[in-house]
Amino acid sequence: MTDLTRLTAADTAARIASGEVTAVEVTEAHLARIEAVDEKVHAFLHVDREGALAQARAVDEKRERGEELGPLAGVPLALKDIFTTKGMPTTVGSKILEGWIPPYDATLTQRLRDADVVVLGKTNMDEFAMGSSTENSAFGPTGNPWDLTRIPGGSGGGSSAALASFQAPLAIGTDTGGSIRQPAAVTGTVGVKPTYGAVSRYGMVAFSSSLDQGGPCARTVLDAALLHEAIAGHDPLDSTSIDQPVPAVVEAARNGDVRGMRVGVVKEFAGEGYQAGVMQRFNESVELLRELGAEVVELSCPSFDKALAAYYLIAPSECSSNLARFDAMRYGLRVGDDGTRSAEDVTALTRAEGFGPEVKRRIMLGTYALSSGYYDAYYGSAQKVRTLIKRDFDKAFEQVDVVVSPTTPTTAFPIGERADDPMAMYLADLCTIPSNLAGNAAMSLPCGLAPEDGLPVGLQIVAPAMADDRLYRVGAAVEAALTAKWGHPLLEEAPSL
Amino acid sequence: MPGITREEVAHLARLARLELKAEELDHFAGQLDDIIGAVARVSEVADQDVPPTSHPLPLTNVMRPDEVRPSLTPQEALACAPAQEQQRFKVPQILGEE
Amino acid sequence: MTVTELVSYEDALAAYDPVMGLEVHVELGTKTKMFCGCATTLGAEPNSQTCPTCLGLPGSLPVVNATGVESAIKIGLALNCEIAEWCRFARKNYFYPDMPKNFQTSQYDEPIAYNGYLDVDVDGEVFRVEIERAHMEEDTGKSTHVGGATGRIHGASHSLLDYNRAGIPLIEIVTKPIVGAGDKAPEVAKAYVTELRELIKSLGVSEARMEMGQMRCDVNLSLRPQGADKFGTRSETKNVNSLRSVERAVRFEIQRHAAVLGAGGTIIQETRHFHEEDGSTTSGRVKEEAEDYRYFPEPDLVPVAPSRAWVEELRGGLPELPRVRRNRLREEWGLSRHEMQSVLNAGAIDLITATIDEGAPADQARKWWMGELARRANEDGVELAALPITPAQVARVCALVKEGSLNDKLARQTIEGVLAGEGGPDEVVTKRGLKVVSDEGALGTAVDEAIAANAAIADKIRGGKVAAAGALVGAVMKATRGQADAARVRELILEKLGVEG
Ligand SMILES: [Mg+2]
Ligand SMILES: [Zn+2]
Repeated sequence: MTDLTRLTAADTAARIASGEVTAVEVTEAHLARIEAVDEKVHAFLHVDREGALAQARAVDEKRERGEELGPLAGVPLALKDIFTTKGMPTTVGSKILEGWIPPYDATLTQRLRDADVVVLGKTNMDEFAMGSSTENSAFGPTGNPWDLTRIPGGSGGGSSAALASFQAPLAIGTDTGGSIRQPAAVTGTVGVKPTYGAVSRYGMVAFSSSLDQGGPCARTVLDAALLHEAIAGHDPLDSTSIDQPVPAVVEAARNGDVRGMRVGVVKEFAGEGYQAGVMQRFNESVELLRELGAEVVELSCPSFDKALAAYYLIAPSECSSNLARFDAMRYGLRVGDDGTRSAEDVTALTRAEGFGPEVKRRIMLGTYALSSGYYDAYYGSAQKVRTLIKRDFDKAFEQVDVVVSPTTPTTAFPIGERADDPMAMYLADLCTIPSNLAGNAAMSLPCGLAPEDGLPVGLQIVAPAMADDRLYRVGAAVEAALTAKWGHPLLEEAPSL
Repeated sequence: MPGITREEVAHLARLARLELKAEELDHFAGQLDDIIGAVARVSEVADQDVPPTSHPLPLTNVMRPDEVRPSLTPQEALACAPAQEQQRFKVPQILGEE
Repeated sequence: MTVTELVSYEDALAAYDPVMGLEVHVELGTKTKMFCGCATTLGAEPNSQTCPTCLGLPGSLPVVNATGVESAIKIGLALNCEIAEWCRFARKNYFYPDMPKNFQTSQYDEPIAYNGYLDVDVDGEVFRVEIERAHMEEDTGKSTHVGGATGRIHGASHSLLDYNRAGIPLIEIVTKPIVGAGDKAPEVAKAYVTELRELIKSLGVSEARMEMGQMRCDVNLSLRPQGADKFGTRSETKNVNSLRSVERAVRFEIQRHAAVLGAGGTIIQETRHFHEEDGSTTSGRVKEEAEDYRYFPEPDLVPVAPSRAWVEELRGGLPELPRVRRNRLREEWGLSRHEMQSVLNAGAIDLITATIDEGAPADQARKWWMGELARRANEDGVELAALPITPAQVARVCALVKEGSLNDKLARQTIEGVLAGEGGPDEVVTKRGLKVVSDEGALGTAVDEAIAANAAIADKIRGGKVAAAGALVGAVMKATRGQADAARVRELILEKLGVEG
C-alpha cells in the first residue's frame, strides 16, 4: 500500500478528489507519522488531532455531497506557531505567550480553512521568529531530519523539519530575514518568501513589520505554488497588503522553462565564509541553468555588503516596539504580582522571565538604535542602506529576469555551535536578507548535497516584486532537471527516522 | 562609535522594561558592543544624500470606511486576562501619574 | 503638596512676560475607532467595544479610518493650516497599562496639518494665536484605581482597565508659543480654547464636550523677565478640562512662577496637576531625563497623501466659521462686541439663532436666553443648552407676549413651568391660569376699586403727578394676581382720572 505521507500535496489532493483515499485516511496517516517520529524531531509544539480529523471529515462529506473540492482540499499542513488560530494555542515559541488561546484567526489561517486544508498543528520556531536555528524556542530545539544533532534552520525550523520528516506535505513559514528560505535550504525542502505584501500579515505575530512575510513551504515547487495561491491575495485588514491579482504561480510551476531567460549571478554572494561544497553545488546549478537555455549574466550589487548590518538595526528596532505589548496586563504570562509590586515592576519582571536571551538582546539593540542621539546614525542610516539595496536590485533586474545565489553560506551546523555567538549566527542569513530589505520575491529549493558533509544545499532564486511567478518557472525547471539527474527527489536520500 | 557601557545597558533595560540581573547586564554589554561595532558600518552612508526607505512598498492612502465591525464580546476580550474584576482587566497598582 | 506663597497677579505681570503653549486633544465623533472597526458609543459596558487591534493582541494590525483623516484635514483647513501632501504615522514608544500596544500611534515630524492660526476676540480686540500643528493619534483606555482613598492613583491597591476608549481618534492641536498676551494671557487662553471648541463643533467633527473629556487641554506656561528675549523654563499643566479652568490654571501658574523666580528659585520642567476645588496646581512627574519616546515611522501603516483635489473639495465644503458667523450675527442682532462675547461665553449663540429661526424677534430671544435662562443654568450649574426648554418653546413664549396674552411676569412664570416639566408654554399657561386679564369690564372694576381705595393718590394724579399712577397700577396688578396687562391698566387709570398719558 502507498505510504500516504510520501505523496506530494498535489497528488494527495487528486487522490482525495477522485475518492481513491479519504481525507481522514490521509490525516490519520500523518497523525500516526507525527506520533512515530516527532518525539525525535520535535517539529510540533501543538498537535490538534481532533480539529484535524474534524476538518478532514468535513472534506470527505463535501466530496460525498458532490461538491467541488479545491486544489488542496484534505491536504494536511503544519502551521508555524506565529499565526493566530482561534481556540488553538499560539505561543510564537515564547514562554511569555504560553497558554494563550487567541480569540481570532489570522487571515492566513482563515484562508487555509476556506481552502479545506487540514491544519495538523502548530510548529516550533525560534522565539518570536528571532533566530536561524530554532534553538531559541522556549520549548526546546528541533532536529534536522538529515541529522538530528544539527539545526533545521530557523526561525521556521519546525515547519521545515515537519516537511523533511514526512509529517506533513505542506507547511507555512514566515520570512523576516530568511526564516522560510534558510530552513528550506538546510532541510532539502522548498520555501518561498513571496513579494512583501502578497500574503496578509493580519494575525501573524509581528517581529519586524516592514520585513515580515508569510509564505509557503513544501517538498516540491508545484506544491509550494498551490499553497502560495491559496494564501496570497489582498486583505483589507492589512494596510500593507498588495491590492493586485496574485501572479499565476501555479501555471508557472507547471511550465518550468528557462529558455531565453536571463539569470544574474551576484558576485558579492561568494567568498569568505562560504562552504566549498555549497559553492560547488551552486556553481553546478548555474551551469545547469545555462544548459537549460538560460543566459547567465554576472552582476555586482555593491550595497549588499551592508545588508546584514542594516537588517540588524531595522529588525531589532521594529521588534523593540512590536514586543512592547507583552506587558503582563491583558494576556500571557504575569510574574511577581504579589499585591505589593507595581504594574511597572510586574511588567519588567515578566518580560525578564518570559523572553529568552536572543529576544532580549534584540529588544535592547532596537531600543538603542531608536533612542535619541543614535537614531540618525543607526536607524536612519540603515534606512538609507535599504534604499541603496533596492537600487542595486532595480539595476540588476534591468539586466536579468532573476538573480540566483546559494541560499545559505553553509549547510546545517550542529545544534549549540553558534548558540552564544550572535554574530556567527547572523551570518546564516547573509544571502537572504537583501530580499527582505527590498521586499522582492525569493525561493529556496534543493540543489544537491554538499560533498564534504552530505547535507542539503539550497539554491536561492530572487525575482522582482510582484514577479513571484518567475521563481516558480525557474524553480520548476531546475527541480525537474535535478530530479531527473538524481533519479528521485533529494529527500529520498534522507535517513529514515 | 564609543563602546556601550554597563550603565547604558541598564538604561536601555529600563526603557525596554526588562528587569535584568547584574550578570545579564555585563553579558549583554559585551554582546551589544560586538553587535553595534559590526552594524555601525551603516553610518558610512549617513552623509550620503539618499532618501530613507522605511517600507518596501510604495503604497499610500490605504484607508477603510468609517463603518462599524463586530467587536469581540467582553468575555472573549477578557478570556486570556491574567486577572479580571468587574468586567475589566485587573492590573497591579500603577505608578506614575494620573 | 508644596505650599507656594503666590505673588499677586499684578506684581507678577509687572516683572514678567508670560509665554504660553496650549495643546488641545479633541476626540473625534467618528462612528468607529481610528484604526479598527469598533464602535465608539459612549457609556457602553466595559470592554464591549474592543477587538484584537484596539486590545493590541499579538498579530493584530491597524487600518486607518478615512473619516478620521477627513476630519483632521477639515480641522487643519479651518485653522488656516497647510495640509501635508504626504505624511506618516509614527509610533510613540512608552509603557503605560492604559495603552494596549505600549506605543501610541501618533504623528511625529510629519503632521497632517501645520502652520496655521486662529483669531480670537479678547476684550473687543482680535488676538491671533499661531498654530504649530494638528496631528492624528489615538486615545488610551480608561483606568479606575481601586483601594485608594478617593479613587486616585496614589494609595490604590490595583487598577481596573476598560479599553472601550482605546483607539478612539484624537486630533492634537498645538499652538506655537503665544507671546504678547501680557496681562491678558489667562483670557487669551480661555478665548482660544472657547474659539477652538466652537470651531470643532461647527465642523461637525466632534461635539467637543469638555465635561465629557471629548476635549482636553494641557497648558504650558513660562515667564521671562520683562524685556528678555529668551523663554524661561516651562511647566506643563495636564488635563485642564473646562474653559474656566484654563483661565485659572494660567493665572495660577503665572503667580506661582513669579513667586519662585522672584525668590531666586528656578522653575523645574515638570508636569503639574490642576485642582478644580481651589484653582491651584501641584507637581506631577519631574522630567529628570528627557522623555525618550523613540519615535519611528509606523511600519504597519502606509503614508497618507491627501490629493490636492480632495483637500480643495473639503475646503469648499467648510461651513461658515464661528467667528465669521458671530460677526455677522452681531451685526444682525445689533450687539456690541462685549455683548456678543457674553453671548458666546454663555454658549447661547446657537440657542438664540434657533429661537429666532422659530419666529422670535432677536432682542426677545437674546433677552430670555441671556437673562432668565442663563440665571437658571447658572443656579443649577448646567450648560445653557442642557436646560429642559427648547428654542421653539422660548419662541412660543415670545409670541404669546407679542400677541398680548402674556406680560413679562407671566412669561417668566410660563418659562418656570416649562423648566419644571409641566409641559409646553401653552399647556403651562392653561394649567396655571396665567392668561393676561384682558376683559375690559373686569379690569375696569379693578381700576375703579383701586381708585376708590387710594383716593389721595388719585387726587395727586388728577393734579398732574402722572408718575404716581405706578402705585395704582401696582394695586391693580396685585388685585388681579399679576394677570393684567400693566400697560393697559395704566391707560385705563389715566383715562378714568381724565389725565393725558
Ligand atoms: Mg499627543
Ligand atoms: Zn477595536
